[in-house]
Amino acid sequence: MKTVVVLIGVAAALTLQATLSGMMIGRMLAVNLVLVAIVYAALAFGAVTGAIAGTVGGLAQDALAGGIVGIGGLSETLIGFVVGLLGAQFIMSGVVARFLMFAVATFVHAAVFEGLSALADGRAFAVRWSAVAVQAAVNATIGVMVFWVIERGPDMLARRRARRATFSKRRF
Amino acid sequence: MTALRRPGVLFGALMIAQVLLVSAQVQSKSGVRVLELVTFEMFSRVERATAAVVHGVEGVWSNYAALRGARDENQRLREELNSLQVQLQEQRSLAARSEKLASLLDLKTSAAVPTLSANVIAGNPNPGVRTITIDRGTSDGVVADMGVIAPAGLVGRVIGPVARHAARVQLIVDRNAAAGAITERARAGGMVLGSDDTPPLKMDLVPNLSDVKDGDRVLSSGVDGIYPKGFMIGTIEKVEHRGGLYLSIAVHPAVDFGSLEEVLVVMVPPRPAQHDEDIK
Repeated sequence: MKTVVVLIGVAAALTLQATLSGMMIGRMLAVNLVLVAIVYAALAFGAVTGAIAGTVGGLAQDALAGGIVGIGGLSETLIGFVVGLLGAQFIMSGVVARFLMFAVATFVHAAVFEGLSALADGRAFAVRWSAVAVQAAVNATIGVMVFWVIERGPDMLARRRARRATFSKRRF
Repeated sequence: MTALRRPGVLFGALMIAQVLLVSAQVQSKSGVRVLELVTFEMFSRVERATAAVVHGVEGVWSNYAALRGARDENQRLREELNSLQVQLQEQRSLAARSEKLASLLDLKTSAAVPTLSANVIAGNPNPGVRTITIDRGTSDGVVADMGVIAPAGLVGRVIGPVARHAARVQLIVDRNAAAGAITERARAGGMVLGSDDTPPLKMDLVPNLSDVKDGDRVLSSGVDGIYPKGFMIGTIEKVEHRGGLYLSIAVHPAVDFGSLEEVLVVMVPPRPAQHDEDIK
């Protein structure tokens, strides 16, 4: 069941990413929502779910982008699995730890993706680290916010409902 | 199945499968067409639906905003129309004169390029690659390697596989894109390549001795067999003499990719690229 939920999340991230980049054609979009979804899945559900999410998300991104299918898949499977393992070994419930995990995952993805692309195309390895740093910061911020909304959102809604119910019972 | 539940085995299997997938494509250069086509075909339907919703919301908002400034804009447009009508008269007289001259010199006039309009329905979900998805596909006669243009100039080319009602377009500013080019003033030939830098185009293979200046217009030369000849690519922003055989030229694209909503597909099937000997 959780795998199905994660795959739906990855598909939603993919659709949102395509829509956003459609609005910002020609410019580098400083966010990778699919990667955010994969890292979230790995931290929340573990290495296996992270690896599956990475494979599906990465292959779908590759297939839609045109070019060699599997490079993004390899990179994101690796990230999903390693982040899942690290999440199981260390305490990752703090904001800083999660922020760092999303940011480091973005850097690793950029390096692995570009490295494999350069290898396959027979060209020099070239990454604009400044652009990757911006993307890492944006991805990490969104990732931490997603965690916050999913973990605290239901509690806050329940509390608000309870407060409303108390007010409505009171007689003034 | 039990073995696959063990994380290490599953991870290893996924990685090996993808390494084999990549190796197969690198060796054959053909790509996994079926997987790509099926994914693209399915996802393009979702993209069409999403684009329809987004355009709908945008339409409602812009209609509301348009109503507010309609009077001022109307006045401004009337003034612009008057000035354009004067310009049109001048251009007509010039065109008539050049037609007369062309007939005197017995020059053949080039036929207009057949085009098909298409809407941009999505961008690329992979931030490292600059492609867009349009709402025209094989059912409209679109095939891979057809050129795509906009009123301002060259946009890119269709890349395969093409779905029935959607196609992917590699933008000219993508780092793997290239087009045969020529400068309008000095007729210096070269190749325009996409890059991750600012501006996102550079012109390569222009000999060091060529008379190329900042502000020169760069047009498509047509030698690549994809893009029609004479379409605007951009304007030269910076020329550097780096001591090699060729100049280093930065080109600012003519098309504003940020506001690209509609494009025109050049409905001419691609032909083999011309070699230097053919051009001469």
